[in-house]
Amino acid sequence: MVYLTRKAEFSAAHYYHNPEFTPAENQRVFGKCNNPNGHGHNYTLEVTVKGAVDPKSGFVVDLKQLKDVMSREVLDVLDHRFLNKEVPEFFTKIPTTENLAIVIWQRLAPKLNAAQLHRVRVYETPELFVDFYGEA
Amino acid sequence: MKAHLTRRYMFSASHRLHSDEMSEEENRSIYGKCNNPYGHGHNYTIEVTVSGPVDGQTGMVCNLVDLDGLVHSHVIERYDQQNLNLLPEFASEVPTTENLCISIYEIVKRGLSKAHLDRIRIEETMMNSFEYLGEGGR
Repeated sequence: MVYLTRKAEFSAAHYYHNPEFTPAENQRVFGKCNNPNGHGHNYTLEVTVKGAVDPKSGFVVDLKQLKDVMSREVLDVLDHRFLNKEVPEFFTKIPTTENLAIVIWQRLAPKLNAAQLHRVRVYETPELFVDFYGEA
Repeated sequence: MKAHLTRRYMFSASHRLHSDEMSEEENRSIYGKCNNPYGHGHNYTIEVTVSGPVDGQTGMVCNLVDLDGLVHSHVIERYDQQNLNLLPEFASEVPTTENLCISIYEIVKRGLSKAHLDRIRIEETMMNSFEYLGEGGR
């Protein structure tokens, strides 16, 4: 079993707000991330797939295919977008880095045919990242 | 849905690796230049990894404001710009980064209410790092 990780970057705006909370609760829980005008990050995405090394090609996965799937399913959807307003999953879900990792997993997993998705890591800043392994 | 969240922090401290249970010669042989009696310092980078279900109401595994508050008040305040050898936890333990990992793990674990502490990882320099997952390391 070999693990392969591909990185990509995207930039997006978001803010944290739960319509079920009062304004005071939103402010208390989310602090300055609650500003409705939004703020942005340069996100770094790491997608790790695993599989046996194909004896003929020496590959775990066709990198071109992985890159295409990541571009189509993730980067085209998230890059230079206001997540709360333009990405359907975040009309109802708060676009925290936790939920971003889960949404990216859900977008990628059904589209990867040869390799198995192992981990989605999303860096919101160099100091903060979230890992999702598809666990319930 | 369970997610794992990692936050990085930094502090600077000095230490000297020396065990009173060994002779001067043994100390020098085992710890090398880290045994210099005047001590030396590092810029430590700490990674705190917590995990748990993503809260349906907040979308969070752990509120970062709470985690930052805990780590700043109980870890950074305690260790930043200090001589580790003078702290009570290192009165009888050598302040190696292995032991520092265990001490920080115990501090953070005590302060966390909801999220589960997965791991403390410390980079002592760019070339070496240490991890403690809480399996009874000492």
